[in-house]
Amino acid sequence: MVPISYYLVLSAILFSLGVVGFLIKRNLITLFMSIELMLNAVNLAFVAFAWQWKSLNGQVFVFFVMVVAAAEAAVGLAIIIAVFRTRETLNVDRVNLLKL
Amino acid sequence: MDPVATPYFFYGLSAVAVLSAVGVIMRRNPVHSAIALIFTLLSLAGLYLMLYAPFVAGVQIILYVGGIVVLFLFVIMLINIERMQREYQFNKQWLVGLLAAAALGALFVAVYVKGQSIFPQHAVRFPEQLNTQQVGKMLYVDYLLPFEIASLLLLVAIVGAVVMAKKRI
Amino acid sequence: MSAFSQYFTGFDYTLSLPMVLLTLFALGVLLIDLMLPVEWKRLNAVTALLGIMFSGAALFLRIQVPYRAAEARGMSLYRFTHGFGGSIAMDSFAIYFFYLFLAAGAITILMSTRYLEVEKENHGEFYALILLSMVGMMGMACGTDLIVLFISLELMAISTYVLVGFLRRDRRSNEASLKYLLLGAFSSGIFAYGLSLLYGLTGSTRLPQIAAMLNGYLATRPTDPILVLALITTATGLLFKIAAVPFHQWAPDAYEGAPTSITGFMSVAGKAAAWALLLRIFLYGIHPLRPLYLPLLVFVAIATMTGGNLAALTQTNLKRLFAYSSIAHVGYMLLGLIAGDQHRVNADGIKGILIYLLVYTFMNLGVFAVITSLRRRDIIGDELDDISGLWFKAPTEAVLMMTFLLSLAGIPPLAGFYGKYFIFLSLIGTGHYALASLAVVYVAVALYYYIKVVNAMFMRPAVDTVPVSLSPAMRVALFVTAVATVGIGLVPDPFIRAATWSLHLAQYAPVAQLLR
Repeated sequence: MVPISYYLVLSAILFSLGVVGFLIKRNLITLFMSIELMLNAVNLAFVAFAWQWKSLNGQVFVFFVMVVAAAEAAVGLAIIIAVFRTRETLNVDRVNLLKL
Repeated sequence: MDPVATPYFFYGLSAVAVLSAVGVIMRRNPVHSAIALIFTLLSLAGLYLMLYAPFVAGVQIILYVGGIVVLFLFVIMLINIERMQREYQFNKQWLVGLLAAAALGALFVAVYVKGQSIFPQHAVRFPEQLNTQQVGKMLYVDYLLPFEIASLLLLVAIVGAVVMAKKRI
Repeated sequence: MSAFSQYFTGFDYTLSLPMVLLTLFALGVLLIDLMLPVEWKRLNAVTALLGIMFSGAALFLRIQVPYRAAEARGMSLYRFTHGFGGSIAMDSFAIYFFYLFLAAGAITILMSTRYLEVEKENHGEFYALILLSMVGMMGMACGTDLIVLFISLELMAISTYVLVGFLRRDRRSNEASLKYLLLGAFSSGIFAYGLSLLYGLTGSTRLPQIAAMLNGYLATRPTDPILVLALITTATGLLFKIAAVPFHQWAPDAYEGAPTSITGFMSVAGKAAAWALLLRIFLYGIHPLRPLYLPLLVFVAIATMTGGNLAALTQTNLKRLFAYSSIAHVGYMLLGLIAGDQHRVNADGIKGILIYLLVYTFMNLGVFAVITSLRRRDIIGDELDDISGLWFKAPTEAVLMMTFLLSLAGIPPLAGFYGKYFIFLSLIGTGHYALASLAVVYVAVALYYYIKVVNAMFMRPAVDTVPVSLSPAMRVALFVTAVATVGIGLVPDPFIRAATWSLHLAQYAPVAQLLR
């Protein structure tokens, strides 16, 4: 049997890869994909914990995280279209009217 | 009863998941990134099956691969990707970001390897059968309110997407 | 049918009535909007306000009155307040926040009508999204289950992303929306990871069970790395949502680009909801970890007061200035959570946070109401230059703005004083003299940039000559916020009693012990 910590390490690696993508990429669509990677890592951790506790609460939580991911992706991509319409670029560094 | 080859499945699926996750963030063409994302999602669905979560695995494929990634592909098709590919892919602070995230990942991994004994092992048998039925029951019994709030969340997503993306409302 | 009514009782229905009514009216706004000709779009605001009134009435008659009656008769409040199988608690804490959200939502709608007409984006979806984000806020205030809290947080957040980008033709607006959504989704990911670790450590999604299990772990292994990791990831997500330094980068951009009335709404209602969530989790769920999170909070509070106040000094855009000022206020509020010792929270500190959030709602919405009214045809009106000489153009507004600003600075006869008073009192009472004196220094710094705005209004000549006219709805909004700002300052007792009452947290024994 594969121990729980293996799954957790895998989820940590996927989560960090999502964070890497979010921090270093410039392309807006890839930024959203990185966020999806992070949420998937969370889901894996939840399912692993559900298996370890032998309770289904974790699997139900995954269902809700997926709903959130879908809603975020839909709204986020719509906003990307709105941004693209007003300035014709998807490079996050060029979206800079507001100073940081 | 455990299948004998479990560890090999685990290693194989995790290798696919990690490699294609690297592909998601390294590819220049966002279509390739999206395809790589599909592989990560599918191998995670396999891992969910190994963890006795068939309902979640099914939803993962239907909703994530069939819904969200397709949405990504639609948006990529809507906008001009050729210019995007010619632009510089990584931002100026990429090294800082990479180091920070690598440190974070190392910390997580170290903590799990060191602190694994805190998770108690249970001898209770996992409800292997009727998983979908039980998850469904749980959604309506214990989590009725969040289930209803989730429907509002999807309504907000629909309204929001129309407001943001449609030219005239 | 019978099986279903077992899980959804009439009692659950009563407890969720304020949220159900808001949802129904939001759907009503969406449907009615389709049939309205352009010149009748104002009716949407009326419908939304009606929804808020009905929700408030239901809250008062069906929840608060029976709750107080049960309290007076000394009945067990736990069974009386917990609904949906224990996943929500409509206790006095939740009731207090519900009123706060309803007031903030109503004032925001009053502020928005004329503004949206000037921006030519007067659509019913705006009001529907405000109502739905209020439903999310309510879920954050009353949830005692991680799933309810998470999904409500996202309902609020996603509605707010769309509201921030609602001026779709304005590049600043959709850029702000994009940045807010990216950082918001990122922080939600971190928060969700923290929740997964909490679930993994305790095997439950209910906050009381989580607290009980964490107590058990702490007895055996006080600083297990996984506990620390769970705490840090959860806390990071929460601190992102309340915009504490160093997790504040989204706030100035989102505040500047958003429609002005929505900036006000986010900075008070969104912030109050994030605080309700933070207090629920920190007091109700992970309070056994207090010795671990105390140093983290001290660091974040100092950084937040410093970062917010110093950055506000140099701003010339009003919305950005008040974004940084609102970050600084979060720093003061965090001090209320720090007050106490290693294992107990000081009740005065939490009371201070609750009163702070209440008075902040009115004074900050007042400020943004004045800034909203500066938006006229062809004038964006959110720079410091736009408000200069306001005294010569609109003396009443200038005086009101000065009142709100002095209240934000914490000048005694006004409401803003009481929030700071209780927090500083609790800090001194529990021996945090260094933090208290640092906070007082920053209050003096903050006075400088508030006076800078007052100076511009009264001493400098007006840049443009376009008159500032108020719509009747805006007059009501300004009247309510001004009366509340002055009134709470002059007659604070009922409000302090309300905050004290809301601290019962459903008589939940561990929390009561914690707050002693």
